[in-house]
Amino acid sequence: MREFRYERAADPAAAVALLAAAPDGAFLGGGTNLVDLMKLGVATPDVLVDVRELTSREVADLPDGGLRIGAGVPNADLAADRRVRERFPVLAQALLAGASGQLRNRATTGGNLLQRTRCGYFTDVTKPCNKRSPGSGCGALEGVHRNHAILGQTIAGSDDPATCVTTHPSDMAVAMVALDAVVRVLGPDGEREIPIAELHRLPGSDPSRDTTLRHGELVTAIDVPALGMPSRYRKVRDRASFAFALVSVAAALDVRDGVVRDVRLALGGVAHKPWRASAAEYVLRGMPATEASFAAAVESELEAATPLRDNAFKVPMARNVVVRTLLDLAGRDTERELA
Amino acid sequence: MTTMDRLVGAGVDRIDGPAKVRGTAPYAYEQDPGEPIAHLAVVQSTVNRGRISRLDPSRAEALPGVLAVLTPANAPRLGKGLASDLPVLQSLDVHYQGQVVAAVVAETSEIAKAAVGAIAVGYDAEPPDVALSPDREDLYAPEKLMAGFATDSIIGDVDGALAAAVVSIDATYETPTQHHNPIEMHTSMARWDGDSLTLWDADQGPHNIVNDLVTGFGLDAGQVRVISPYVGGAFGSKAFTHPNQMLAAMAARVVGRTVVYELTRQQMFSLVGHRTPTIQRLRLGADPEGRLTAISHEVVEHTARIAEFAEQTATPTRVLYAAPHRRTTHRLARLDVPPPTIMRAPGETPGMFALESAMDELAVVLGLDPVELRIRNEPERDPERDLPWSTRNLVECLRTGAERFGWAGRDLRPGVRTEGRWLVGTGVASATYPTRRRKAQCRISVDGAGRYVVEIDGSDIGTGAWTALTQIAADALGTDMASVELRIGDSRLPFAGGAGGSTGLASWGTAIVFTARDLRKQLDEQHGGQPPAGGLSVDGELPGESPHAKTHSMHAYGAHFVEVRVDRDSGEVRVPRATSVYDAGTIVNAKTARSQLLGGFSMGVSMALHEGSVTDERYGHYVNHDLAEYHVATNADIGEIDISWLDVDDQLANPIGLKGIGEIGITGAAAAVANAYWHATRLRIRDLPITPDKYFRELGES
Ligand SMILES: Cc1cc2nc3c(=O)[nH]c(=O)nc-3n(C[C@H](O)[C@H](O)[C@H](O)COP(=O)(O)OP(=O)(O)OC[C@H]3O[C@@H](n4cnc5c(N)ncnc54)[C@H](O)[C@@H]3O)c2cc1C
Ligand code: SF4
Repeated sequence: MREFRYERAADPAAAVALLAAAPDGAFLGGGTNLVDLMKLGVATPDVLVDVRELTSREVADLPDGGLRIGAGVPNADLAADRRVRERFPVLAQALLAGASGQLRNRATTGGNLLQRTRCGYFTDVTKPCNKRSPGSGCGALEGVHRNHAILGQTIAGSDDPATCVTTHPSDMAVAMVALDAVVRVLGPDGEREIPIAELHRLPGSDPSRDTTLRHGELVTAIDVPALGMPSRYRKVRDRASFAFALVSVAAALDVRDGVVRDVRLALGGVAHKPWRASAAEYVLRGMPATEASFAAAVESELEAATPLRDNAFKVPMARNVVVRTLLDLAGRDTERELA
Repeated sequence: MTTMDRLVGAGVDRIDGPAKVRGTAPYAYEQDPGEPIAHLAVVQSTVNRGRISRLDPSRAEALPGVLAVLTPANAPRLGKGLASDLPVLQSLDVHYQGQVVAAVVAETSEIAKAAVGAIAVGYDAEPPDVALSPDREDLYAPEKLMAGFATDSIIGDVDGALAAAVVSIDATYETPTQHHNPIEMHTSMARWDGDSLTLWDADQGPHNIVNDLVTGFGLDAGQVRVISPYVGGAFGSKAFTHPNQMLAAMAARVVGRTVVYELTRQQMFSLVGHRTPTIQRLRLGADPEGRLTAISHEVVEHTARIAEFAEQTATPTRVLYAAPHRRTTHRLARLDVPPPTIMRAPGETPGMFALESAMDELAVVLGLDPVELRIRNEPERDPERDLPWSTRNLVECLRTGAERFGWAGRDLRPGVRTEGRWLVGTGVASATYPTRRRKAQCRISVDGAGRYVVEIDGSDIGTGAWTALTQIAADALGTDMASVELRIGDSRLPFAGGAGGSTGLASWGTAIVFTARDLRKQLDEQHGGQPPAGGLSVDGELPGESPHAKTHSMHAYGAHFVEVRVDRDSGEVRVPRATSVYDAGTIVNAKTARSQLLGGFSMGVSMALHEGSVTDERYGHYVNHDLAEYHVATNADIGEIDISWLDVDDQLANPIGLKGIGEIGITGAAAAVANAYWHATRLRIRDLPITPDKYFRELGES
């Protein structure tokens, strides 16, 4: 573990300035991920700028019925917020499906979004990993990868510096992607807004970068626009609680007169980022809300899957739980629920 | 039952409970040695096999706050005669990944850990050989198994009987490497006063640790004191000495100060042992009525290159069912892995998964109720030792369990019950574990006011032994619990073996009963039944095994009934309810016993569904080496569990009539879950754990 300096700032701008001057520094949220990685020697910041008390802990109403969630809001508080539970059940359910009560009390919205992968080679500094140590190779491609990605990986051989086949671990982020959230960021050059689908990236040729954030950019809040349809989150995991997703589904469905008017679908546990199932959404709009259409839609999405030696099970698992989740949602009457 | 059980049997609250709940019970890490404590951190090898070619401690030594860096080049020489991985830092050779190759002692644990990062080590390494397979050409038969069991047992003509059997099954089962992971990390705090060593240590029996320290540091037994009254779980990993005790003592000697070494959670996966993986081929032959004609149980498992540990995996098969032709064998592969060790019911836990799964498969082929199949094969005598049972109530456990669970009328067909998206099934398995006892000594003193002090180096690793022993002592002394102070967990106390093999209460409790009888006799005969004003102290001893152990076969038994639900979309598994009934002889404390049996069963569910250390055969390490990725059942995974026991005792085993309860709960539990999984889904999963991916594998969808 590397020795580090701990800093607090007067306001977000000062925090950003502090980090801008520290190329090896990092923001500290609840620390439930970052501090673990520091203890393992995976993260080696020389400065920690504590933003947990600095970023907003408020959930505020937006004029359109959406919510602005401060980056400092604890996961537990967000899951318990009445507005979240009523308007965005998918988000509350995703949060509650993640980690444990103790961790959710401590973890922040900003930190959750930016938590790092759980790949066992990433978290072990004695093993190769292109994400942790660019160019060292990918331990997982031909190693233990039962819970790795089936979509959008970079597969170019174990020794290739571009290879990475891991997943993004956050449950909350999957729901946020389905909700078309917008991430508000303050950086050295001022504020900007990033549609969440553009925040997390695929490994491409640089697995070391999880997101499109630039060094020193602080997440200040996440805006979740109004949804207007029933939604839910379904997570499949190795045990009943306190395990990362094998596959998860964030879905929202608007069915009128038996026809899909609108749908949102995002998958977790399948890719380097929360996977917006745009192909499936496209296929589904205007189709009858039946098991057959749901199956056809998800299959069109999963056609692109390139499972690894030991994780092909995720394809039928994802197919089944997407179909089941959509059927559950279709069994409910949008108009009555929203009345 | 005997007349002495006034307190024995009662569900008395733990006497150490309030201190533990309030956080005032000092564990090894929390001891105050009376001086500033130095901290130790270790550098571990990143290869499985080879030799250290370069090790430069100079950057670490230069860090402010670092007191010493120990390496194979400068570490004090330890005495000859240490086994396995105990000769720490004595050679440049590397035998397993995670072996300690250097240790830093520093003013704080943070400095020590930072210094570890400053030590660069190079190796001349060979590729790791860590893959267990029944096809390896170097499998060998150990001379004997753990606990002295014979390696093989062969009775009759097994192959002939199998070939002639009307009904038979032949299946191979696999269990993975498992790590104990008690909540409290292994911790050792060492302090030298001249040539005398005090070690506050998290272990299962201080006397177990003393010998290795005596050997390693060239001391007399009187110069070593190991203290461990409070231990936060163990499961076998804390039974024997591991590198941590040697390192703490060595480092404290070098820096001349108290040194503490607390393992990290990750280090719990390499330095303190594991349960060997097993590959077990089971063949059963039976007549059309389901009477077994032949049983064959062949085990392949691993051990370390530097230590032989031969788990007694097929031994339950030697006692559980009748059959004229029978064979059990054990073969080992020596691999570049850390030394395996005992883990809750070593032998029975993996072995009963295979045997009890195979019995279920046989019942399916026969179209017979699996409870009935077991009852039909109940042996009148120990089928291999040809001895009478001391007591055996397996059939009654099965019958009582079936009744409590609501087994009657169960549809034998698999995969036909659904509730919503859940596939629902039920399963059964037997449980068994040997009943033994070991040598133990005890001292009981009484003062003029009739207050007793009972001293014995027993160990309460969270089991409730402290409380149960106090109950036993109070009854044996004819007094109440408040009048008895029990002292345990200190090698200065009279000798006792560690907590292991479910022998704790049988050994320590019997020593207490014997000593108490002596004391009362002396009081009666010499003091008119009253404690003399100046008090009286009596030393007593239990020599060892029951005199009946040679003429009787002694075991605890049980039966598990389990309901399993499998989500047909995702393959997720739940165990909403279970019933377990035990024949464990006298139950000393109804409350802590229930917790032990519940914990054992839950660990079996955890084994069935979650636990497994996953090896990367290229790099030779356990990939999921922390508790986020090595899954242990959570509360949410454990449903309603109905625990009960038969009102029986076993006077041939010991005067208390108990059989031991620490391990019986886990035996057979994983098979009951796997059998119920089959009944729910039609899918027979023979390699644990039963994770959701295997559902799709068995369906042929992945
Ligand atoms: C055992 C275990 C099990 C878990 N299980 C799950 C699970 O099932 N599902 C799940 O989703 N999660 C799970 N988690 C992860 C948990 O949700 C995350 O650790 C947590 O959400 C991170 O939040 P934090 O505030 O503690 O982040 P930190 O650890 O403080 O930070 C994480 C990262 O975000 C950066 N950061 C923090 N705040 C900001 C900000 N405002 N702006 C820019 N950068 C910032 C940090 O620099 C760091 O890189 C688990 C964690 C553990 C330890
Ligand atoms: S999958 Fe990605 S994170 Fe895992 S070892 Fe490969 S490069 Fe590293």
